[in-house]
Amino acid sequence: MLFGIEWDTSDNLTFAISILPILMRGLWVTLQAAVLGFFVAMVLGLVLAALKAVPARIVSWPTRVIAEFLRDTPLLIQLFFLYYVLPEFGLILPAFLTGALALGLQYSAYLSEVYRAGIEAVPRGQHEAARALDLTPRDTFIRIILPQAIPRIIPAMGNYLVAITKDVPILSVVTVLELLGVARIIGDRTFNYLVPLTMVGGIYLILTLLASYGVRRLDRSLPKTGIPLK
Amino acid sequence: MHWTEYLVPLGQGAWVTVQLTFWSTIFGAILSFAAGIGKLSGFAAIRWLSVSYIEIFRGTSLLVQLFWLYFALPIVGEMAGIDLRFSPVIVGILALSLNIGAYGAEVVRGSIQAVTRAQYEAARALNFTPRQTLFRIALPQAIPEMMPPFDNLAIQNLKDTALVSLITLGDLAFRAEQLRNFTQDSTTIFSLVLIMYFGMALVLTAMMRVLARMVGRWRQTGR
Repeated sequence: MLFGIEWDTSDNLTFAISILPILMRGLWVTLQAAVLGFFVAMVLGLVLAALKAVPARIVSWPTRVIAEFLRDTPLLIQLFFLYYVLPEFGLILPAFLTGALALGLQYSAYLSEVYRAGIEAVPRGQHEAARALDLTPRDTFIRIILPQAIPRIIPAMGNYLVAITKDVPILSVVTVLELLGVARIIGDRTFNYLVPLTMVGGIYLILTLLASYGVRRLDRSLPKTGIPLK
Repeated sequence: MHWTEYLVPLGQGAWVTVQLTFWSTIFGAILSFAAGIGKLSGFAAIRWLSVSYIEIFRGTSLLVQLFWLYFALPIVGEMAGIDLRFSPVIVGILALSLNIGAYGAEVVRGSIQAVTRAQYEAARALNFTPRQTLFRIALPQAIPEMMPPFDNLAIQNLKDTALVSLITLGDLAFRAEQLRNFTQDSTTIFSLVLIMYFGMALVLTAMMRVLARMVGRWRQTGR
């Protein structure tokens, strides 16, 4: 029994049906962690991208090292670091928030590159034309560059949202009861790992296939000439 | 315990991590080429097999795959009457290779498809067999293009090895957790471990750069 829902182990099919509602609870936690982590990554990634673009080397260079460090070290170790080290400094967060923060930190490094690539992909001619038309740097960025960068950034961000969802199971290590964590508990208690773990794989497969279909559709529907920001 | 005393057990763990990364990158590369080329095959069965492999391993989470191979595969073996219980090392390398191979396969497929049409038409005009076209025209031009994404995947693979500690394999992450249990000195241990992983990633990137320069020559001469 988990979350007050009983399971029926008489045969594999009835077992699968009986644990589906429990796994759905886990899936809900997985999705929440993914969205929260992604939100953290979006904000932090923007900060990193902005600091990397600062002309002063004393700011941009350390930022680059930090972003590289976040990207090149394992999520599991970053998670352990936050989970065990933050409390030593008196910051005690629930496991779920620590997990979302770890996801956000790791993916902020990836997203900062997405922002940078999206902005750099706008042709130079656009900058020059804006200059010829005597637009201020601020107007150039907001009215010319951003509207053309956003349609390039959004599909890439969609792919990272899918990737972050696939990394959520790591949070089960610090006792977050997401999809895989729930499946393991069911396995531990019933000695049947095959059914719950296969179901988790199946649920993930359906989720990612749907999501990548969605991202492809979104990519096609976005106007490549730019979205007017009004 | 002084922090220098941590270096011996962590060093042992790091050596396991290096070996795991090495083998799973090699096997992953082989799988990448097999499935990437297979996806472009003229035989529907091979194409279908490659696509299913790629979608299953890219579409699910590595940790799920690792646990499935470690906990569920033996049960499947039991039902089929064969022994599919493997040691954590085998399961770890298997899961890492299968996972990274699926991502690599898409890189291989993309790079082969990115070779310009004219090259394929010229090969055809010169009466090259499909095999000759693949090995003498497409791959020598495609492989240099694969190197930057392969660099990212190698780093990804190095980071992913940390997950095998969860099936009791004594890699760097496992040793770190062991030491933490023993000494409770989390800050020092995990800072050291993060720096060690970062160092390994920098070395790996440098090695991939050398490799990229080596295969980069193929592009100019075309062989």
